Amino acid sequence: MTIRSLLSRKGRSFLTMLGIVIGVAGVIIIISLGAGAQSLVLGQVNKLGSNLLSVQPGKSDPQGPPAQVYGVVVTSLVESDAEALRSSSQVPHAIGVNALVRGIGTVIWQNKSTDTNFIGTDFGYAKVVNFTMSSGEFINETANKGGAKVAVLGSKVAEALFSGTGVDPIGQVIKIRNNTQGDVGGVPLRVVGVIEKRGSAFFQDQDDQIFIPLSIAQGQLLGVHYLQMISIKVDASENVKQTINNITTVLKQKHHILTDDDIDFTIRDVAAAADILKTITGALSLFLTSMAAIALVVGGVGILNIMLATVAERTREIGLRKAVGATNGMIMRQFLLEAGTLTFIGGALGIIVGIILSYLMAILMNYLDFDWDFVISPASILVAVGVSILTGVIFGLYPSFKASRLNPIDALRYE
Amino acid sequence: MPIIKIENLKKDYENEGVITNVLQGVDFSMEPGEFVAIMGPSGSGKSTLMHILSFLDKLSSGLYEFEGQDTKDFDKNYLAKLRNERVGFVFQSFNLLARTTVLDNVKLPLIYSNKKDHDSLAKKALADVGLSHRLDFFTNQISGGEKQRVAIARALVCDPAIIFADEPTGNLDSKSGNAVLEILQKLNDRGHTIILVTHEMDTANHAKRIIYIKDGMIVGDEKVSKRTMAKSDGILKK
Repeated sequence: MTIRSLLSRKGRSFLTMLGIVIGVAGVIIIISLGAGAQSLVLGQVNKLGSNLLSVQPGKSDPQGPPAQVYGVVVTSLVESDAEALRSSSQVPHAIGVNALVRGIGTVIWQNKSTDTNFIGTDFGYAKVVNFTMSSGEFINETANKGGAKVAVLGSKVAEALFSGTGVDPIGQVIKIRNNTQGDVGGVPLRVVGVIEKRGSAFFQDQDDQIFIPLSIAQGQLLGVHYLQMISIKVDASENVKQTINNITTVLKQKHHILTDDDIDFTIRDVAAAADILKTITGALSLFLTSMAAIALVVGGVGILNIMLATVAERTREIGLRKAVGATNGMIMRQFLLEAGTLTFIGGALGIIVGIILSYLMAILMNYLDFDWDFVISPASILVAVGVSILTGVIFGLYPSFKASRLNPIDALRYE
Repeated sequence: MPIIKIENLKKDYENEGVITNVLQGVDFSMEPGEFVAIMGPSGSGKSTLMHILSFLDKLSSGLYEFEGQDTKDFDKNYLAKLRNERVGFVFQSFNLLARTTVLDNVKLPLIYSNKKDHDSLAKKALADVGLSHRLDFFTNQISGGEKQRVAIARALVCDPAIIFADEPTGNLDSKSGNAVLEILQKLNDRGHTIILVTHEMDTANHAKRIIYIKDGMIVGDEKVSKRTMAKSDGILKK
């Protein structure tokens, strides 16, 4: 009877349902996008490796951007600082320490060239960051200390220079020059390894990179003596705090700093940064979810409106039903059931639309090269359906109540 | 025992502080199996009286006994049950559900009853009014006379003790009107009690007894001496 009654007003039922469909689909899509974004952030962090600390030159709020962002060049961090942090007696929980500078350069092999990021680093990089070699090896300690002219290519750089040539990059000599140095010269380096494709981490392409010894990057490409960053890998998450204290003590001592006000470096916990990102994405998706919930309530008001119009339009029918024996409860049940059915079908359609759209979004994100997971939590479906049925019942209640209270003879006389 | 007994029945309406006395102390009683026409001009209170007798409206004061029971203490749900099981209605304007088939319209009271086998009960009622060939027609596909016969089938379907017909021929041509009156007379012959409200003498003469009502009071109550027997001229056999 309910379905027949709704079907007899197809257009109206459909439009009423549309509000609920959009609301429910919105909630599902937004919750799914939020979960996808969080898993993306977590994935980016995990790629860098967990329990990772970074020391940056200059004092800044660890929650805010580093000093370099403001164009300030701080030269207080040097290679001997990294050496000091490698001391297992002073920083016992550090299992890897690497010093790092970076720049943008052009890499040339025979008649091919490509612009890429170069990372000047040392053998510690392999201990700090998670990656696997597709061939050859990473810069080792002897090569590092001897100032060997070697290079390790990211997969995209290797592809740009060697793909289609049939030449094994290992053993080939490439040239690298800093883009600020103009078109001449370049430092010849022998390729000793190629890193397997790793995607992006912290929203930086990890494959469009070339790794060279720190001393070459500092001395021959950048012309600096300082470091841009020292990364430290800690053995376990519970030791992160202690390690931060150890690093602070070591660097304060080395930099002859007496008070905390004079500290000229900043230690960042990568996991903490990820937490901040997670909090941001969480807050954002909560905000968007509440917007979608408002859309759902608006859909509910639509149902209220339509049901009230329906009650007015069907007053004579209600009168007739009462005249042939329907009780107040039966009339109320009928109208509630109609509102409930509308919202239930709307909710079900909303779930289907929401899942399909979320899936398409995930495909789009992956197409755009984000490691995006398609996540649909059962909780989001429960919430969406629960809220939609609740809206149906709540907003259907008043019109149903109104309908059930009609005096049969007044209802029959209604024009 | 009379099926209906009313004493000094009054009904007042209040509208914006103005009280209108529609019924001003009505007395009469009716035995099972009677066919009574309530006749009077517009505004005389005949429809109001019918609505009170059929539990669609409440009296303001006085006594109304239905099948020997004082109706004063009946609650809403019991009144709904009485309207469903003991009373059938035929309205002047048919009051059929739009966009619904003839069969489903007749089944409507059964939805609210605890009777079983709705289909065969509804089909039997439709056969009684000669509409077995219209079961699956929608109500906008049949004539006015047929609509009123559907309404009679709907009134019959729960086998009520009494059928109320409020100007049942008012919207019909004389042929269709005759068919409706013939059905009512046949139902009465089979033992159904019938109350017919009309303002036309010709229609009232189809009943066995006429109660005249004017200005909210009964001004006459008599047996019909020359009763008209309706002939539908073959409409019902179609």
